Amino acid sequence: MNRSLRATRPGVASLRALSMAVAALVLALALAGCGAQVQEGGGGGQASATPGVSGDTIKVGILHSLSGTMAISEVSVRDAEMLAIDEINRSGGVLGKKVVPVVEDGASDWPTFAEKAQKLISSDDVAAVFGGWTSASRKAMLPVFERNKSLLYYPVQYEGLEASPYIFYSGATTNQQIIPGLEYLKKQGKNRVFLLGSDYVFPRTANKEIKAWAKANGMQIVGEEYTPLGHTEYSTTINKLKAAKPDAVFNTLNGDSNVAFFKQLKAADVTAQDVPVLSVSVAEEEVRGIGANQIAGHPVAWNYYQTTDEPRNADFVKAYKAKYGEDRVTDDPIEAGYVQVHLWARAVNRAGTTNVEKVRQASKGLSFEAPEGKVTVDGENQHLFKTPRIGVVEPNGLIKEVFTAEEPLKPDPYLKGYPWAKGL
Amino acid sequence: MDILVSQVLAGLSVASVLLLIALGLTFTFGQMNVINMAHGEFIMAGAYTTYVLQGLLGASLVGLSFLVALPVAFAVGGILGLVLERTLIRRLYGRPLDTLLVTWGVGLMLQQLARDLFGAANVQVKTPSWLDGGLTVAGVTMPWNRLFILVLVTVAVIAIWAFVNKLPHGRQMRAVMQNRKLASASGIATDRVDRRTFLIGSGLGGVAGVAITLLGSIGPTLGTSYIIDAFLVVVVGGLGQLRGAVLAAIALGLLNAFVEYASQASVAKALLLVAIVAFLQLRPQGIFVRRTRAVA
Repeated sequence: MNRSLRATRPGVASLRALSMAVAALVLALALAGCGAQVQEGGGGGQASATPGVSGDTIKVGILHSLSGTMAISEVSVRDAEMLAIDEINRSGGVLGKKVVPVVEDGASDWPTFAEKAQKLISSDDVAAVFGGWTSASRKAMLPVFERNKSLLYYPVQYEGLEASPYIFYSGATTNQQIIPGLEYLKKQGKNRVFLLGSDYVFPRTANKEIKAWAKANGMQIVGEEYTPLGHTEYSTTINKLKAAKPDAVFNTLNGDSNVAFFKQLKAADVTAQDVPVLSVSVAEEEVRGIGANQIAGHPVAWNYYQTTDEPRNADFVKAYKAKYGEDRVTDDPIEAGYVQVHLWARAVNRAGTTNVEKVRQASKGLSFEAPEGKVTVDGENQHLFKTPRIGVVEPNGLIKEVFTAEEPLKPDPYLKGYPWAKGL
Repeated sequence: MDILVSQVLAGLSVASVLLLIALGLTFTFGQMNVINMAHGEFIMAGAYTTYVLQGLLGASLVGLSFLVALPVAFAVGGILGLVLERTLIRRLYGRPLDTLLVTWGVGLMLQQLARDLFGAANVQVKTPSWLDGGLTVAGVTMPWNRLFILVLVTVAVIAIWAFVNKLPHGRQMRAVMQNRKLASASGIATDRVDRRTFLIGSGLGGVAGVAITLLGSIGPTLGTSYIIDAFLVVVVGGLGQLRGAVLAAIALGLLNAFVEYASQASVAKALLLVAIVAFLQLRPQGIFVRRTRAVA
């Protein structure tokens, strides 16, 4: 009896042990916190004068989502950038040195993108980082690159209203993709448009721009729906869509949501003839994930398709398929990823150094014969001149161009040349 | 009127998915008081089983591979659950917090295993062609894949009800659930009954995984997105109560559908959680309560 009573009372010794354990835990957490700060702050010095260069190699960073909801889109962009690095190395490298990629996974998590970007800049001392997809990831990385005065090359179409001096934008901005998409819909007589997007900065900003354009151009917006990234339950959204009776849908969904949405739209018997869904984040790679028969007949707006008829495209597609498999496809962000690595290499060769300010200078007006045609860097805003092209998804998974602008369009990220955009 | 009917159908589809993933958990959590955080990973295992079978049988036999996947996923989920129960959970009965931590860890390990086996990116499972399109009645379209899930969950609920109420094994399970000590004293091998319960519960998780492949792409983190909803249904319905789970799933599904219609998807999720919290404040034991004479 006595023994059991003694056993239930906490002894002084065990209390001391407990308090030691708690103290140790607190100390460990404090150290971890300090460690993280040192990482962030210590990196906060500037990039070195000639970043990336070490002996006869130059290091560059590749930062994309290799897991999570965005991996469906981003893994292939990493592949394209690796292809470009291979080509550059085979023809002698940059400044006679071999380019060595350091690949990191952003895991579809925006704080991770910022963290890995900082790691690439401070620990790996890369000359430049090629990465990002969602505007959320870019917005998270922007302060890191501006603070460190280091370069980010961003390969994806986005909503504009940005022109950081430390980012090169090789994807389309609003006036090169979204506006041509709207103009195409208007020309087709679609005056009632339903807006559907994932709930983050790109669709929200893009829809603001779309509403301003619609107001000035006599297009009626009959609905505006947002679903969280990674959302897969679209029955209610499709019901709302049907109730609004639109002529077309402007789709800014990103990642796996597109797979679920198009599958469920088709299952709900809504065809591309009834309500065409124009997407700006669905390209050949996403079509592969969705299933071509689920999305055939719907339009998309980009600046490049695998079927684009430009002199350098056939070789590019062949090289990509040779490296990654015959069943792989090329699309706009893949091509942009490929092009931006070449643009960086050219700028460095022109500047004679990897020094960031000199590379930025050397990039002004730089041009490159890309698979989409000739692209030129606009020195004012570090975007590219790109040709708007509207395409329709075919049952074989490729996209057929149905409209091509006559010449590459000057990038206007702040929509300064558009009177209806005042106040955005 | 059309919208009302469509929304009710949408709510019922959400409810059927919720019920499917929660059915297995009703058993393990409700009957055995085991908080199995790895249940989501059993669902994921079932989904990947479908993917593997589709790869093995080829693109031309998509329909067959899908049907074969149902019993195979049940087996896969069941075996995983059995192994988990035999090795870890058996030692932790009566310690719900410990089982929570342990099964959470096991869940993370299973996720990493999936990443190593199948890659970190999500994979696509092709829908069988006979589940494409929908059934249109009076202007309202119900997609076939949703109807399939509804039918599947109805069959599952009936099968479980029959098992628990009609078969001797089920009677033993109910006895153990109501009063473990008394059941053991009556000669029921409680640990064998527990094993059986866990096997069935985890197997049901596997079957849920097969159904989930109809809705979107599958990846290593599939489980984490469904596990919370599964627990919500079980807790709101009342622990161990089959009809509670059914009612809770229907209520939550319909509520989700109508709130989402009136607002946005993210807002609907938040409001739903608020509603559940409010409901549990008023009635913490859930909709249906097990009435027993046990003191402890």
